[in-house]
Amino acid sequence: MANYLEVRSLSKQFGTFTALGDVSLDVIEGEFVCFLGPSGCGKTTLLRAIAGLDPQTSGTIRQKGRDVSALPPAQRDFGIVFQSYALFPNLSVADNVGYGLVNRRQNKGAIARRVAELLVLVGLPDAGPKYPAQLSGGQQQRVALARALATSPGLLLLDEPLSALDARVRLRLRHEIKALQRTLGVTTIMVTHDQEEALTMADRIVVMNHGAIEQVGTPQEIYRRPATAFVADFVGSMNFLAGTLMAPDRVRVAGVDFACPVQDGLAPGQKVSLCIRPEDVRVRDLPADIANRVPVEVAELDFVGAFCRATLKARATSDVSVTADFSSNLIRDLGVDIGTKLDIALPPDRVRIFA
Amino acid sequence: MSLAAPAVKPGMSRDDLMMRGGVVLLAGVLLVMLGLPLWSLLAKGFEDRDGKFIGLANYVSYFSTPALFQSALNSLQVASITTVIVVPLAFLYAYALTRTVLPMRWLFQGISLIPIFAPSLLPGLALIYLFGTQGFFKALLGSGSIYGIDGIVIAQVFYCFPHATLILTTALATSDARLYEAADVLGASKRRVFFTVTLPGAKYGLISAALVVFTLVMTDFGIAKVIGGNFNVLATDVYKKVIGQQDFSMGAVVGMVLLAPAALAFLVDRLVQRKQVALLTARAVPLVPRPKLGRDLFFTLFCAAVSAAILTILGMAIWGSLIKYWPYNLSLTLDNYDFARFDANGWESYWNSVRMALGAAVFGTVLMFTGAWLNEKTRGFGAMRGVVQFLAFLPMAVPGLVLGLGYIFFFNAPNNPLNFLYATMGILVLNTVAHFYTVGHLTATTALKQIDPEFEAVSASLKVPIWKTFVRVTAPICLPAILDIAIYLFVNAMTTVSSVIFLYAPDTKLASVAAVNIEEAGTTAAAAALCVVIVLTSAAVKAAHLVADRFLFARLQVWRRR
Repeated sequence: MANYLEVRSLSKQFGTFTALGDVSLDVIEGEFVCFLGPSGCGKTTLLRAIAGLDPQTSGTIRQKGRDVSALPPAQRDFGIVFQSYALFPNLSVADNVGYGLVNRRQNKGAIARRVAELLVLVGLPDAGPKYPAQLSGGQQQRVALARALATSPGLLLLDEPLSALDARVRLRLRHEIKALQRTLGVTTIMVTHDQEEALTMADRIVVMNHGAIEQVGTPQEIYRRPATAFVADFVGSMNFLAGTLMAPDRVRVAGVDFACPVQDGLAPGQKVSLCIRPEDVRVRDLPADIANRVPVEVAELDFVGAFCRATLKARATSDVSVTADFSSNLIRDLGVDIGTKLDIALPPDRVRIFA
Repeated sequence: MSLAAPAVKPGMSRDDLMMRGGVVLLAGVLLVMLGLPLWSLLAKGFEDRDGKFIGLANYVSYFSTPALFQSALNSLQVASITTVIVVPLAFLYAYALTRTVLPMRWLFQGISLIPIFAPSLLPGLALIYLFGTQGFFKALLGSGSIYGIDGIVIAQVFYCFPHATLILTTALATSDARLYEAADVLGASKRRVFFTVTLPGAKYGLISAALVVFTLVMTDFGIAKVIGGNFNVLATDVYKKVIGQQDFSMGAVVGMVLLAPAALAFLVDRLVQRKQVALLTARAVPLVPRPKLGRDLFFTLFCAAVSAAILTILGMAIWGSLIKYWPYNLSLTLDNYDFARFDANGWESYWNSVRMALGAAVFGTVLMFTGAWLNEKTRGFGAMRGVVQFLAFLPMAVPGLVLGLGYIFFFNAPNNPLNFLYATMGILVLNTVAHFYTVGHLTATTALKQIDPEFEAVSASLKVPIWKTFVRVTAPICLPAILDIAIYLFVNAMTTVSSVIFLYAPDTKLASVAAVNIEEAGTTAAAAALCVVIVLTSAAVKAAHLVADRFLFARLQVWRRR
C-alpha cells in the first residue's frame, strides 16, 4: 500500500522550547491514524504542521508524493474539524456545509444537492435551515464534519473532535465517525488524549511524549506490546515492579526470581521494571507447577462497577504490591474480601520488562 | 535538533501577501495620521520663529518664564483636585448601580452619561449662568468668584464624571458572588468584606479611573477657556501662544510639556493593566444584589442628588439658551438659535459638524475595524504588526491640542505632498479619527479576540479567500462592536474642541469651535444654544443606536438566539 503522507525529521521550536524533535512518520492511504499523548506532547503541533497552520521549523512533509513542506494551508489538500467546531454562527447549517463549495463556482442546484447529501451522511437531514446555536454539541460536531468533507479532501484532520462533548454523545460519535471514515475511505488523522478513543477508533496509533514518537502500532500492538515504559503506563493500567535483570529471561523482584520473555537488548545486572496489566494477573485454577506464583493478601478492594480492582500485597514482603482486576463472579466464587489470602501468578508471556 | 536539517521557510499564500500588504498600508496611514505630525511637533520645539534649529533654547526660555511654568503647576493642581473629588463620587455611584437595588436604575445610569454628549464648554457656560457675575446664586459665593480654579474644578467634575463612572461600573460589575458567599459563611463583617473583597476587586478600575480623569483634566481646553478667568493652564497657554501670538515654536514646547503627564499616565495605566489577571473566570457566578432598605435608601438619595446636579447644569445651559436677555428679561425666545446673528457661518457650522462626524464615523470605523482585523489575523510579520500596535495606542497618550498642533506643522509644510488636505474637511476627519483611534482599535480587537480563532484555518482548508470570510462571517459577527465604534466616533466628533481648533478653515468651521468663538465674543446664550444643539444631536444618535440595537438588529441577528 502506498504511503499517503510522509513526514521526515520534523522539528518545531518555540524559542528554546522543542515542541517536536526530529519526528518521522508514514501514513498509508485510507487509514485512520490517531496521535495519542498527554497534553503538551506535541500531537496538536504535529497535526497543525501537517495542515500548514503552524509550519515546522525544519523537516519535510510529502502528501501523495508532493512536497508540501513550505506550502500555506490554502495550497494543501485537507479538511479539518476543531474541538471548538469553529462553525460560522451567523450562517445556517446548509451555508456552513456549503461554504467551501460556493467558492468553486458550482451552480446552486449542484451545491444544494451536495449539501443535502452530506447532511444525510452525517445523520442530520433536516438541520439545513437551522443555525449552529440551535443544535446540540454533538450535532454541531457532525455539521463541522460535513463541512470538512464537503470538498472531498484527500486528508481529514480531526483535532480533539470529541473532547468537548459529554460521555454518552462521545461514545456514539466515535462509532459514527469511524463508520463514516470506513465508508468514504478518506485518510484520517485524529488527535486525542483519550486512550480509549484511540484504541476503539484507530487503525494505527502514534503514541507521543515530549515532542517525540514513542511507538507506532495497531491498537492491539500498543496495548499488548508497549514499546516503552511510557506507553505501558499511558495506555491502559500497568503494574510496575522494580527489580534487577539476573539472566536474559529472569528478573529478581524483592529477592524472588520471576520468569519473563527473553530480553536481548538488556544486560544482566541492570535495574529494570517488571510490568503486568491488572487483567493479566491469574488467580483461578492455578496448576501446581505454574511459573511466577506469588502468595498475596488482599489489602484493598475498589468497586469499579463491572469488576473490582484489588490491591494485593505480597505475603513474603509487604514492600511489593500488585493491582489486579477481579470479576464479580470471581469475588463471589472465591469469597474474596479484604484480608483474604490468595495465590496469584504472573504469566511470563504477559510480563513486559522495561529498563 | 540535527544541524543538517535545513530550516523550512514557509511559503506565502495569496491571503498572506494580501494581509501583509494591508498591514504595511495601515502602518503607512497611521504614520501619516499620527507618527509624522507628532514628529513635526517635536522638531518644531527645537526651532526659532524662522525655522532655524536652536536646540533646547525654547525649553530653557519656557522654564525660565515664571508665568508659563505657573500654568503647568496650575494644570497639575486642577487635575489633582478634580481626580480626588471625581473618583470617590463615581465609585459610590457605580457601587449604587451595580451592588444595590436601585429603583429606575436605567434612568440613573442614563443621566450619569449625559456629560459625554456635551462639549466640555457646556458646564462652563452653565456655571456662568448659575454663579457668574450676573449669576442666579452669585450671592452664595460671597466675595468669591466662579471664574478661576473653583469654576474649572466644578465644571471638570461634571465633565469627567461619566468616564470614571463607566470604568468603575465595569470594574464592580465583574465580581464573583461566590467570593461574597464564602466571606459570609466565614462570618466576616460587612466592613471587612468591603475592604478585603470589594475594594481589591475594583483596585485596577480605581487606578484606571484616576489616571483617565487626571489626563482628561490636564488636556481639556474648553472649560479653562470659558471659566478659567485669569487662571492659566497648559491647554489655554498652547491656544494663546498659537492663535493669539502666532508663536508656533513656543506653542510646540508647551504642547510637549502637556504631552509628558498624559503620556506618563498612559504608561502607568498600561503597566497596571498588565498586572491585572482575569478576576472573573468562566465559572464565576454573577452577583445579584438583594434588597436592603437602609443601604438602598441611602444610595437612591445619593444617586438622586448627583443626578440632580448633572441635570441642573444641563438644564441651566438649556434654559440660558432660551432666555431673551439674561438676567434682565427672562422671557423665553428661540432667537439665540438663530446663529447667523452671532457667527458668520450661522447654522452652517452645525451642519459642518454633522458632516464631519458622519465622515469620521464611516471612515474611522472602516479603518479601525479593518485595521484591527489585519493586525490580528496576519500570520507572522511580527515586527510590522508591533509598529501598527504601537501607533494604534499612541493617540491615547496624546492630548488633542498637541495632535492638532502637530497637524498644522506637518500638513501645512509647503513641501508636503499632502498639503492639499490643509484647511479642508478631510483634515478634520483625519485628525478626529486619529485622536480617537485607540478606543476604536481596542473595541475592535477585543471583539475579534472573542470569536473562534480557527475560522481562518477552516476557510483556508476550504480554499476560501480570507477576505471573503471577513465579509461573510467576521464582520457580521462583530456588527455590535462595529456600531459601537461608529457611535463613539460620531459623538466625539460632534463634541471635540481641542484637536480641531487649530485646523478649521472659514468654510469648515465646526459647531463646537463656533461655540468657543461666540463665547469669546461675549454671547453666552448663543454659545449655550449651540452646545445644546450638539448635546441633542449626539444624544439622539446614541438613543437611535439603542433603539435600533433592541429592535432592528435583533432581527438581523436571529442566529444568536438559542
